[in-house]
Amino acid sequence: MKISEVLRIAGEGIARNKLRALLTMLGVIIGVAAVIIMIAISAGTEATISENIKDLGTNLLFVTQSMGTMQAPARNAGPSGTFLTYDDAQAISTSISGISGVVVERDISEQIKYGSNSIDSLSVVGTTPSYPQVRDVVQASGRFITQNDIDNSAKVVVLGYSTAQSLFGAADPTGEKIYVGDIRVTVVGVMAKKGVVGNTNYDERVYIPLTLVFEKFTFSPFARMQGDQVGTILVQVADMNTMDKVITQIQILLAKRHETTVAALPFTVRTQEDIIATQESTTAAFRSLLAWVAGVSLVVGGIGIMNIMLVSVTERTREIGIRQAAGATPGDIRGQFLTEALLLSLTGGLIGVMAGVGGAWFFYKIGEMRTGVLPNSIMLAFVSAAIVGIFFGFYPANKAAQLDPIEALRHE
Amino acid sequence: MSEPSIIDIDQITKVYQMGNVDVTALDGVSLSVKQGEFLAIMGPSGSGKSTLMNILGCLDRPTSGTYLLAGEDVSRMSREQLARIRNQKIGFVFQSYNLLVQATAVQNVLLPIVYRRNEHISTKERYEIAHNTLISVGLVDRDRHKPTEMSGGQQQRVAIARALINSPALILADEPTGNLDSHSGIEIMEILQKLHTEGRTIVMITHDARNASYAERTVQLKDGKIDANYNHAMAPIQAMAGGAA
Repeated sequence: MKISEVLRIAGEGIARNKLRALLTMLGVIIGVAAVIIMIAISAGTEATISENIKDLGTNLLFVTQSMGTMQAPARNAGPSGTFLTYDDAQAISTSISGISGVVVERDISEQIKYGSNSIDSLSVVGTTPSYPQVRDVVQASGRFITQNDIDNSAKVVVLGYSTAQSLFGAADPTGEKIYVGDIRVTVVGVMAKKGVVGNTNYDERVYIPLTLVFEKFTFSPFARMQGDQVGTILVQVADMNTMDKVITQIQILLAKRHETTVAALPFTVRTQEDIIATQESTTAAFRSLLAWVAGVSLVVGGIGIMNIMLVSVTERTREIGIRQAAGATPGDIRGQFLTEALLLSLTGGLIGVMAGVGGAWFFYKIGEMRTGVLPNSIMLAFVSAAIVGIFFGFYPANKAAQLDPIEALRHE
Repeated sequence: MSEPSIIDIDQITKVYQMGNVDVTALDGVSLSVKQGEFLAIMGPSGSGKSTLMNILGCLDRPTSGTYLLAGEDVSRMSREQLARIRNQKIGFVFQSYNLLVQATAVQNVLLPIVYRRNEHISTKERYEIAHNTLISVGLVDRDRHKPTEMSGGQQQRVAIARALINSPALILADEPTGNLDSHSGIEIMEILQKLHTEGRTIVMITHDARNASYAERTVQLKDGKIDANYNHAMAPIQAMAGGAA
């Protein structure tokens, strides 16, 4: 039998019941579309993450409070307490070699006000002079916080790009007085646009000297409790190859300063890769959900194909008998119905690919989720559709092939 | 005895199992049909003529006995091999035509060619062959008609054309006029007779004595055995028809 002949017969079989064929294909369509969207989203996420590695700054170590150690009050937040302090940062800076910068960050949330313009719950970062260098943020105008500001707890503020825009529009805000909470401060500079990296929108932040946070923003009971505790100490390592060595040195130093052992240290020292891995795990959850949807849809789609093929074999029993009388072998009949099942699943696959590409675009446009459709994913989708067609088409096709020609010819 | 045998069956039995009971449909039938012969098989229902037809048509295998079709022993062949034999050596004409309802006359006629092995005839040539075969059975300008657009007589002509397309050694007709009015029935019988004069070997099952009269020889089946076997040259058909009526 010619291949073209087999395809023609199978095609005619499907064309006889177009709506039924479409409904049958629905499971495969959804499954294949889910496969493509899933892979497109993971590809997009991976691209975002690899860019984040670059944008976070290079060779960074993040020293933070370990989970579960923050609840304890810190009335005596001295060197022997269980909280990270500015002194810790200074100790790291002075006594550990091979580091090119140390930044301390303490985030608070305050209202910012300029005249009648105000922004609620803005992220205010108390930080130190190396911030732009370590965080890889560029100064647009004016200056950043200096060591002098730190020493004097100077009432100065540096604005993020979009915060400056919303408070001052196009005008240069340098020298203007604004309110951060109840404290009147002078704008000394504006940062250049950087955008969103990870969960942080750099352009909406404002920066004040770390010591100003300790002095003026610790009046709330919670903040007072925290004392001169700091959120994160960022350490920039000069040479990437010495990262592990520096991590160990920081851990030993902190253990000594807080009178504990490295094993019991209430702080974590992580690289940016560690932090990214945490971010990845959240998208992985979404991905595995879609993978499940894809898998289940393909199986359900396959069962749908099997069901409709069984109906088709029953409906066309007499046709099978006529073909058998004309000399169709069991192999010919099996081939005909397998081809029909395959044609159904592959057509479903094709529609699914189109729906998937469209869906990926939809997620990108509407869901603002970065996606990238890979040619490989289209191949994968087609192959899985074909496997579904063959696997679930085999039983009905075999049933047709095993029909007794006499019974089949007698069938009404 | 110079003509070679197309059909040579020897002591064929067919036993069906109906629950716990064995039903013997054929009980030691021996028969041979010469090349170019036109044989009618008659018998009341339950006499085993359908079973014999199925075995002769290689749609079924005998329980015991041998069946030589054009010199080949087909009694122990696999389903696969039987399908090939049906394709190459047998052309079927059924009472209910058994045409593919969705297919045109030409597509129906070409069906056995579709299942021919190592076939390399172009689509155009195929169409030509089918077209000419349809003309040879008296169907002109019906190539693109579907069975539902044709009369019973026309449908049966398509079926005969289909039976002829692979030039089989044997044409098996099972009550070919059973669904037709008498006028169309006569036309179909005349076509079969014409095929016979052209040298085709035809075996026809019928309960109609007038149809049997077109054949050279009639075999009477009764209770799974051959009851009578007579040549029409010796037994006047009119007398037999009268007896049956």
